[in-house]
Amino acid sequence: MAVVEAKNLSKIFGKNIGQSIKMLDQGMSKEEILKKTGNTVGVNRASFSVEEGEIFVIMGLSGSGKSTLVRLINRLIEPSEGSILIDGKELATLDKKALRQVRREKLGMVFQQFALFPHRTILQNAAFGLEVQGVDKSERDKKAEESLKLVGLGDYMHQKPGQLSGGMQQRVGLARALANDPKVLLMDEAFSALDPLIRKEMQDELIDLQSSMKKTIIFITHDLDEALRLGDRIALMKDGAIVQIGTPEEILMNPANDYVEKFVEDVDRSKILTASHIMKRPETINIAKHGPRAALERMRREGISSILVVDENRRLQGYVTADDASEARKKEITDIKEILQTDILRVTPDTPMQDIFSMIYDTPVPIAVVEDNGRLNGIIVRGAVLAALANDGEVNLNA
Amino acid sequence: MLDFIDQIPLSEWTETATDWIQDTFAFLFEPIKDHLGNFMDFVSSDVLAGIPPIIFILIVAVIAFFVSGKKLGLAVFSIVGLWFVYNQGLWDALMSTVTLVILASLLSVIVGVPVGILMAKSKIANTIFTPILDFMQTMPAFVYLIPAVAFFGIGMVPGVFASLIFATPPTVRFTNLGIRQVSKDLIEASDAFGTTGSQKLFKVELPMAKGTIMAGINQTVMLALSMVVIASMIGAPGLGSQVLSSLQRASVGTGFVAGIGIVILAIIIDRITQNMNKGKE
Repeated sequence: MAVVEAKNLSKIFGKNIGQSIKMLDQGMSKEEILKKTGNTVGVNRASFSVEEGEIFVIMGLSGSGKSTLVRLINRLIEPSEGSILIDGKELATLDKKALRQVRREKLGMVFQQFALFPHRTILQNAAFGLEVQGVDKSERDKKAEESLKLVGLGDYMHQKPGQLSGGMQQRVGLARALANDPKVLLMDEAFSALDPLIRKEMQDELIDLQSSMKKTIIFITHDLDEALRLGDRIALMKDGAIVQIGTPEEILMNPANDYVEKFVEDVDRSKILTASHIMKRPETINIAKHGPRAALERMRREGISSILVVDENRRLQGYVTADDASEARKKEITDIKEILQTDILRVTPDTPMQDIFSMIYDTPVPIAVVEDNGRLNGIIVRGAVLAALANDGEVNLNA
Repeated sequence: MLDFIDQIPLSEWTETATDWIQDTFAFLFEPIKDHLGNFMDFVSSDVLAGIPPIIFILIVAVIAFFVSGKKLGLAVFSIVGLWFVYNQGLWDALMSTVTLVILASLLSVIVGVPVGILMAKSKIANTIFTPILDFMQTMPAFVYLIPAVAFFGIGMVPGVFASLIFATPPTVRFTNLGIRQVSKDLIEASDAFGTTGSQKLFKVELPMAKGTIMAGINQTVMLALSMVVIASMIGAPGLGSQVLSSLQRASVGTGFVAGIGIVILAIIIDRITQNMNKGKE
C-alpha cells in the first residue's frame, strides 16, 4: 500500500483561487494564469504515490514548485485543491489537532538550512519532537541519544548547534527527525547547503541508514546527480507540474519529453549505468562436456579468440583462448582443465560503468559479469562501453 | 473662514471623561492607592532601607561582578558610586527611587510582554496598539501626571502609574519585533514537529526573541528611571524630589549632587540589565 499518496494536488498563491483552479483544469499554463489573474501556480495538479520503504525523489529547478509540494505533504502550506493520503487517511481535511497528531507521529522533516534551534543543545534539539509530544525527559533523552549516535554525533550532545559545522548540523537535523521514529521522512533539499564532498558523504550515509531503517523518504533536490544516486524513483517537476515519474534508468533512457531529455542530457551516464545495462550474452562451453576441440570449433564459428568456461550450473570457471585450444588439439589433450585460464576480471551486475571503464582497457579478454553466487550473467566488451557512453541507442535496458 | 464652528470642547470632554472614570472606578483606585502605596512604603523604608547600606552595596557589587562575566569594572563602579550616594546623605532617597523604578519596570514588563506577544500574533491587535503606543510615547510625560493625581492622589503610586504608561512601549514594541523576527525556518521546523501554539511560543519564539525583548526591557527600565524626576512633581519621594527642591530653591550644588546620584543609579541599572542580556546568549 502506498504510504503517501497525492491526488491532483494543486497550490495557487494569490486571491480568487477558485477561478485559477478552473483555469488549471482547462489546461492553461503557469504563465497564462499569472498574466490573466496575477496568481502564481505553486503546484499544478500533482499526483503520485510513494510506496513503503522507498526513496522517492522530487526534483526540479528552483521555482519548479518542489519545495511547495513537499510542504503540501505535511500541510505547512495549505493545498488549494486535491488530496493527500498518509497511510490511506486524508490529510487535507483534518482539523488542527488531528493534523498535529499526524505531524508528530508519522512525518519527520529535514530542512535545507537545517533549522536547528540555536538556544538548545544538540541533545535538546534531537529531543524536540518527543518533547512536543510530551514524552518524559529521561525517555526522550535516551531516544534522542540513540538517534544522534545513529548519525555519528554521540559525542557532541551537549554542544550548541552554532559550534558545529554545516555537515554536522544537518546530521542533527536528521537525528531530530529520526528521533520521533516517523514513518515518512520529508527531506527538503537536505544536502544542498553542504559542500560537495560532505554532500556525497551524507548521501552515502543516508543510503546506509536507509538500508537498515527502511523509512519512506521523500527527498527534494535540484541536483540531478543526487536524485539519480538516491532515488528509487524520481519525479521530475517543471512549472509546478510533475513531468515524469520513473526509476533513474527510465528517466535517463526514456525521457518523457524534450524538457526531461534536455535535463538529463549532461548527466554523467557512467555513474548511473551499471554492468547489467551493457553486458552481452556470452558464448560459453561446459567444462564437464566439452574438450579443446569443441571449444576451438565454437570460437571459429563465432569468430572470437577466447571463450568462457562454465560448469553445469553456469558458474564461471575461467576461459580458454584459441591459441591454447589449437595447441592442445595438436598435443591431443582432451581435458579442457589443462588449458583453462582463470585470471579473468569479474564484476557484479550492479557495478557502475564508471568502475568498468578503467578496467576494460587493461584486459585482452572481455570482462565477465558474475552474480554473487558465481553464476555467469554476461560479458562486457569494449565496444559496448563506448556505445553506452555515447548513448547511440544500442543499450538495451533489459539485457 | 476657519471659524465655521465654535471651539471643540475637547478639554472639557477629557475632564468629564476623567471625572467619570475617577468616580466609576474609585472602588478600584482607592484600594490600589492604599495597598500599593503601603506596599511601596514598606519596601522602600522597611525592606530596602532596613538592609544596612554596606550589605546593599556589596550585594549590588556581587551581582554586577557575576553578570558582567566576572569582570571587576562594573563591580568597582557600583561600590564607589553607591558609597558616594551614601556619603552625600541621599541613601533614603536612593532607596525610594530604586523601589519606584523596580516596581514600575516590573509592572511594565508584566503588561508589556503579553501585549507584545498579542501584537506579534494578531494583525488586528497590531493595528489597534501601534497608534496607542505612538500616543503613549509622544505625549509629554507631564500630562500623565494629571490623571495620575486624579486617580491615585499624590505620592509613589501615581508616580508608578505615570511611569507605567511612559515606560511600557519599548517592551511592547521589542517583544513584538523579537517574535516577528524569529526566522521562518524555525517556525516551520516547529510546526513540522506538531507543536501547539503555546509550545511554539514558549519553546521557540520567546527563547529566540529573548535578546530583543531584553533590549526592550532595558529601555523600559531607563525610561522608568527618567520618570523619577518628573514624578517627584506629584510628590513621589526619591532622588527626583531632591532635584526638584533644589530647582525650586535655585541651589545648584544640591541639585547637581542629586543629579549625579541618578546618573550613578542609571549607569548601574543599565549595565546590569544589558549584561544580563549578553550573558545569556
